[in-house]
Amino acid sequence: MTALNRRHFLKAGATLAGGLALGVSLPGRVEEKAPDLSGRVGEPSGPHLAYLVRIEPDGQVVIGAPSSEMGQGVKTSLPMIVADELDVAWDDVRVEQMPLGIKRDSEGNLSWLHVSQGAGGSTSVSEGWQPLREAGATARALLLQAASERWGVSLESLSTERGVVFHADSGRRGRYGDFAAAAAALPLPEAPPALKSADQFRIIGRPQAVVDAAEIVTGQAEFGIDAELPGQVYASIERCPYHDGTITRFDDKAARRVPGVIDVVTVEGPAPGEPFTALAAGIAVVADSTWAALQGRKALTVEWNPGPHAAESTASLRRQMQDAMQQPGQVVLDDGNVDAAFDAAADSLEAEYFVPYASHAPMEPQCCVVDIREDSAVVIAPTQNPSGASRMVNRLTGLDRMAIEVHVTRLGGGFGRRLTVDYVAEATQVSMAVKRPVKLQWTREDDLKHDFYRPCGLHRLRASLAADGQLTGWRHQLASPSKYYRRANVEADKMWTAELYPDDPPRRLLRNVQLQYYSMDSGVPRGSWRAPAHYANAFAVQSFIDELAHRRGEDPLAFQLKLLGEPRDLPYEQHGGPVFNPGRLAAVLKLAAAKADWGERLPAGRGRGIAGHFTFGGYAAYVVDVTVSDGSLRIDRVVGAIDCGLVVNPNHVIAQMESGIHDGISTALRLEITLEAGRVQQDNFHHYPLAGLRDAPREVENYIVDSPHPPSGVGEPPISPLAPALTNAIFAANGRRIRELPIADQLMG
Amino acid sequence: MATFVLNGEAFEFDGADDTPLLWVLRDHAGLKGTKYGCGAGHCGACAVHVDGRARRACITPVGAMAGKQVTTIEGLGGDALHPVQQAWIEEDVAQCGYCQTGQIMNAADWLQRVPNPSDDDIEKYQTNLCRCGTYARVRKAIMRAAELSRDGAVAVVVPDTGEATS
Ligand code: FES
Ligand code: FES
Repeated sequence: MTALNRRHFLKAGATLAGGLALGVSLPGRVEEKAPDLSGRVGEPSGPHLAYLVRIEPDGQVVIGAPSSEMGQGVKTSLPMIVADELDVAWDDVRVEQMPLGIKRDSEGNLSWLHVSQGAGGSTSVSEGWQPLREAGATARALLLQAASERWGVSLESLSTERGVVFHADSGRRGRYGDFAAAAAALPLPEAPPALKSADQFRIIGRPQAVVDAAEIVTGQAEFGIDAELPGQVYASIERCPYHDGTITRFDDKAARRVPGVIDVVTVEGPAPGEPFTALAAGIAVVADSTWAALQGRKALTVEWNPGPHAAESTASLRRQMQDAMQQPGQVVLDDGNVDAAFDAAADSLEAEYFVPYASHAPMEPQCCVVDIREDSAVVIAPTQNPSGASRMVNRLTGLDRMAIEVHVTRLGGGFGRRLTVDYVAEATQVSMAVKRPVKLQWTREDDLKHDFYRPCGLHRLRASLAADGQLTGWRHQLASPSKYYRRANVEADKMWTAELYPDDPPRRLLRNVQLQYYSMDSGVPRGSWRAPAHYANAFAVQSFIDELAHRRGEDPLAFQLKLLGEPRDLPYEQHGGPVFNPGRLAAVLKLAAAKADWGERLPAGRGRGIAGHFTFGGYAAYVVDVTVSDGSLRIDRVVGAIDCGLVVNPNHVIAQMESGIHDGISTALRLEITLEAGRVQQDNFHHYPLAGLRDAPREVENYIVDSPHPPSGVGEPPISPLAPALTNAIFAANGRRIRELPIADQLMG
Repeated sequence: MATFVLNGEAFEFDGADDTPLLWVLRDHAGLKGTKYGCGAGHCGACAVHVDGRARRACITPVGAMAGKQVTTIEGLGGDALHPVQQAWIEEDVAQCGYCQTGQIMNAADWLQRVPNPSDDDIEKYQTNLCRCGTYARVRKAIMRAAELSRDGAVAVVVPDTGEATS
């Protein structure tokens, strides 16, 4: 960062109470080209909209949390980064969730006002790391400057500790709040302030608890479902159960007679084949309470036109995949000569794996509050994507982006579901129709039946081995309905880019590697589900490596370590790059193995499996212990290891490992979305049985590698290796190879 | 029309008796700590105490509450934290936090009858679902809550419920 553009990067000013407020925005991160230059131009107003750091004259320190908190811990970890450089006591900091901040330059380009505010792809910490540190350090520098001027002493003679400025020579001291007003009037320092070295961190790297812990356990924390706007009405929507189906006719007479029902309005679905607005066409019942809206909805009679996908079923999709694989697929990676390697093989192995459609099922069903007014709008939503919400309102209403306020509550889970803003599109339509603030509430049934599901996929892997056991050739064919199928600007021959990451291992670990993709048709909406594609590919690849090891009669860990080889940086061009270091993957495998007593002999019926994977910059591995008896499975113990670079909050890294373990177990055990006659069959938790505490291992241990690398996110890396570690353990226990998820009743009989 | 005692005070609901207690609490009493997760009794996010016992408010018609004592998360600890809440903070259980009030209400009920819980007890009685996967810490927090209750060693901490929840 040069001194020249620092003025664009940071912005200082006064708070309403006359304290110091400091904002940060990243140059060169243009969010999008504004479609329309008319309307109001300016920054969102309000006392705390524009700033990341606020120091009030009364000494209060407020730090903004820019990214959405959905359980991954960023409402704690991002402000920790600011607070450490600012040099305040963490206990003295109050954290506020920041509303969407965007700004428009004179040419009409919109960009982030501060830092990127989407939460997805495990990027919040890695992208925020540098700018948030600079923001904290700059605020501290301004306070020091103000102190040096007031006391007439040199800057060098001053120091800070926990929110207090010290002048050692005179013994003078003053709280940050004493200098906040003066600091607010100072120009920004020309040169970027020096940042702390890692050994100077006092907050970063130390375990901190969830900032909202007390509010959460007392029921005071605000989730999307708790948001309110004065004068709001409540809406519930009956949606078309067929993908891309439409409303033929409906009768709302009975619904309108239900006490409390105010209105019944239609919601337009997405245009077939086009990017989604709402997920489905529907009929919204608007009432004076949630329950009245639900009762009104029950009283609707609707006839649907099932549309183009009415014949689709899980079985038809599976046939489509099997049929497609009779032919060669689209070759998306072709290193060396796989066919020659296969021809020359001393031995070879082929196996197929299947991963089903899955739903995100966050514990908080979709919801939001939207108020569309004549010349402005307010959205309060538990969304991972506040700028997407703003764009959606702009698209549906024509309101200027700067006139759309978006507030983010805590999210009752995200997992990628809340990257899409279909619920905002629905509430926007309803608010436009009824001209009032609308609180939209989905039911659990709505949430399971209408989702952007994790794509299902059929994986066929084939590998050849030389006489000495070396892998010589590797082919991975994947047939799946791509999550990119309905994105703007993604061509048909690029569908694979969402489903296969060519630089994933084993690329460059052996010479001959080929990837083929088959893009399947399906009407099922799909989207990003925690560790998109990695979840499925890790299951296939890590299972297959285990199979190869057993085929060779070798220890699976030793076999994989031999494949990974020496630590070295290999190029990695997909998200999570620019490099993949097999040595770091080997290290987490070895650490988990050592802590889990890998290699120990286990009694009959017990088994131990291992798997590791690189996801979005982070390396994670698990060793899972199971007991299998009479068809029943008990997961006894899981030992995990992660290398996510420098750790901001070790407590939350461990929490995310625990989350990956339990989500991994839950999804592998019983979760699948199936289709019959064009409709999703699951409608509540009895059909989509999340794992309960009784499924959870009694022993869970996680270890963090002390890593000199820059921080990577931890929301996603911990889930990918769990399922294969579990199924590899089952194989070790009873020789049954699970190649299809969920495990469900495959161990019976 | 139903009249009952809600967190120690008389409460009257004049809507239909078959309205689930959950929506009466959330939309009419303004008590939003009780969460909606499934509406069908599967998840436990809506757990409250009725005459001291955990009930799933989404499948509890408000009419059945007539004359009863209903306690929600907001009323669980009175002015202090309940030992279960205290333990939940100490073990830093919450991830997204959405299921946690229900988890706490449920545990606070059965721990009264099982003051020395085993792993088996926890697996048997703590049936609330958590999508984020906080089960490892729920186990620990229940053990810790049992300890705190036995010792009577609960700090009287009044949580800051000010603007910090943004
Ligand atoms: S919301 Fe009541 S049990 Fe799920
Ligand atoms: S903490 Fe998110 S559902 Fe339990």
